[in-house]
Amino acid sequence: MVVFEKPKALADVQMHYCPGCTHGIVHRLVAEVIDELGIEGRTIGIAPVGCSVMAYNYFNCDMIEAAHGRAPAVATGVKRSDPENNIVFTYQGDGDLASIGMAETVHSAARNENITIIFINNAIYGMTGGQMAPTSLPGQVTQTSPYGRDTDACGFPIRVCEMLSTLDGPEYLERVTVNNVKNVKNAKKAIKKAFQNQIDGKGFSLVEVVSSCPTNWGMTPQDALKWIDEKMLPYYPLGVYKDRSAAAEKEEK
Amino acid sequence: MSATQMLIAGFGGQGILFTGKFLAYKGLVEGKEVSWLPSYGPEMRGGTASCSVILSDEPVGSPIVSTPDVLVAMNLPSLDKYEDSVAPGGIIIVDSTLIEREVKRDDVTVYYVPATKLASDNEMPTLANMIIAGKLLKATDSFTDEGVDAALKKVISAKRADMLDVNKKAMQIGADC
Amino acid sequence: MADKVLMKGNEAIAEAAIIAGCRHYFGYPITPQTEIAAYMAKRMPKIGGTFLQAESEIAAINMVYGVSSTGKRVMTSSSSPGISLKGEGLSYLAGADLPALVINVQRGGPGLGGIQPSQSDYFQATKGGAHGDFRMIVLAPSSVQEMADMTVKGFDLADKYRMTAMVLADGTMGQMMEPVSLDYEIGAPVEKPWATTGTKMERPHNIVNSLFLVPDELEKSNFERFERYKYIEENECMYEEYMMDDAEICVTAFGIAARVSKNAINAAREMGIKVGLIRPITLWPFPVAPYRKAADKVKEIISVELSMGQMIEDVKLASECKVPVTLCNRVGGMIPSPEQVLDAIKNAANGGAK
Repeated sequence: MVVFEKPKALADVQMHYCPGCTHGIVHRLVAEVIDELGIEGRTIGIAPVGCSVMAYNYFNCDMIEAAHGRAPAVATGVKRSDPENNIVFTYQGDGDLASIGMAETVHSAARNENITIIFINNAIYGMTGGQMAPTSLPGQVTQTSPYGRDTDACGFPIRVCEMLSTLDGPEYLERVTVNNVKNVKNAKKAIKKAFQNQIDGKGFSLVEVVSSCPTNWGMTPQDALKWIDEKMLPYYPLGVYKDRSAAAEKEEK
Repeated sequence: MSATQMLIAGFGGQGILFTGKFLAYKGLVEGKEVSWLPSYGPEMRGGTASCSVILSDEPVGSPIVSTPDVLVAMNLPSLDKYEDSVAPGGIIIVDSTLIEREVKRDDVTVYYVPATKLASDNEMPTLANMIIAGKLLKATDSFTDEGVDAALKKVISAKRADMLDVNKKAMQIGADC
Repeated sequence: MADKVLMKGNEAIAEAAIIAGCRHYFGYPITPQTEIAAYMAKRMPKIGGTFLQAESEIAAINMVYGVSSTGKRVMTSSSSPGISLKGEGLSYLAGADLPALVINVQRGGPGLGGIQPSQSDYFQATKGGAHGDFRMIVLAPSSVQEMADMTVKGFDLADKYRMTAMVLADGTMGQMMEPVSLDYEIGAPVEKPWATTGTKMERPHNIVNSLFLVPDELEKSNFERFERYKYIEENECMYEEYMMDDAEICVTAFGIAARVSKNAINAAREMGIKVGLIRPITLWPFPVAPYRKAADKVKEIISVELSMGQMIEDVKLASECKVPVTLCNRVGGMIPSPEQVLDAIKNAANGGAK
């Protein structure tokens, strides 16, 4: 009896992620959801620029590599090309989604584009070697904020779910994390809902996954997971920031 | 090569571009090569508007009219700007309701048409442009009922077909004045 | 043969695109090409197509990238400053070997420049226009009819060679009306087995990508792409020759400049000056052959441009500098007059450039 196997939507290749990085967990959750919903054959994924740039090699569905920050625009094109059939997701990091691609993010949300966005927020630029991200915490030391993020000079972190929740457009916004088993399970539930919403034609669904980057945070994987609880979650509280359908149902009752 | 180069100029909102389009379509239905080129940009919004129309027996080269055979000036700035550019022996038609001064050139044929006043006297206040167009066709010996009717049908959409008669009437007023 | 109708160049492009099977248009308003977007906004919803006003030109070109990845015909249009913003996407389209049609109705630059006609994006269009080694097929219409024709042709070439075709027009071409006939035989769609349309669980996954981290793989992809470009250079050049048979002076120009030049050439011929015109229709691939031929018999080539002299560099290369090549130009939204071109021709006839 098989009790644990690789999701079918996940390619049988070695990933390039660092030890202790949570990208692997989130990839797996996305693949499990694709399997469970039986949508691999009609799913098209959009990879970003950043650590997950090579995600196009890691999923067995059709994949497109987008320019930095432009994944929601590319996803818009793919979705509009065959809205009845195509299931489209983007997988983006914080620099990609909340810095260079902020306009694409906000406007695809405002349009309630019927796509699913998996947003990895680890408060740092991983691929380029640990620079300050739009979500880096006040005082956080990075290669480009060597004395700690000085909010006088470079402003404050952006809370993406909160910001997008002010828009009438999006259907569903939730922030989750994957730093323990319970949180991983919750994260999967959110990701599944974000895909199901698209299947049901409900519209823009974004799941922000507060993630760790032990390498660029300069911590052991365990300490990094702890740092999520201690530093990240107080600034980025978990929870559902918008769920239009659920709110509407509640109203009816 | 026989070509007529026309420049229609006035304020935005006077139907300058429409008049040009009508003249171009009239050329087209009569088997001529034609081009129509508007001024564009912010000046379209209530400032001065102009358009170049060329009717020709040969393919049209440059669509830009710099030496018009026919100039329509529906406001003073247009007359000031373009009067000197008209080809010797050419025609200038001015809306004399809106332009008080006379044309200075003595080597061109000038028609003073109180188009804006005629339009309002005849309860067709928006059709001063078509009164001028009627005069223009008459002055260039090209007013034919068939040509005018066919061209009006092209520029007035089927939804506005009730406007055909009044446009024709405006042109007739222009031709007869 | 359908009746000819009067259409603006911008509208002719939009309708021709629809006839060519384009059902997806993404754009951002900018003068003097906004009629294309307006036309698409009106027509697309009625024929089951998509018109979307994107948040920026950057987003628009990336939406094009998305639709093109799924194998469908797609286009965007803009004017000079907007094309600069699309530069990133143009490079990615090239790197991922995706077909697309991009329209540039040029206005004067640099910077915000003006809104009147210009040809000063010639370098940008023909030399790549963004980072990396790549080309776009560049088509230069000179009439409203050609605005439509080049749109249909552009889609065909883009699909055939898996690359961007650009229609390089200018404000005059976009705004003017001329009679157009839109009778086209549209061929069967090109097979696109590479498209990301979903695997249907029937094939291995397709990947649309321009990232090659291993240098020799990236080199190989560049070499292969340039083999294709070489084939295009040998097979897809288009140009018009006008009165070149006995010409002793050659005027060369494209787009609106070619039309002004024809007036001047007709006037010069009436004075007995033997002058002709070479009008490139593809700016890339640049039609070298007619210049090579002309260089052996004319005494001067005059390049008439709405730029500070951009095409002139290709003319000099194509004519191998065998005869003097001079520039006759206006810029900033100004257009050379036939008289200005005629003066240049007369000057050449009288001994011209020394």
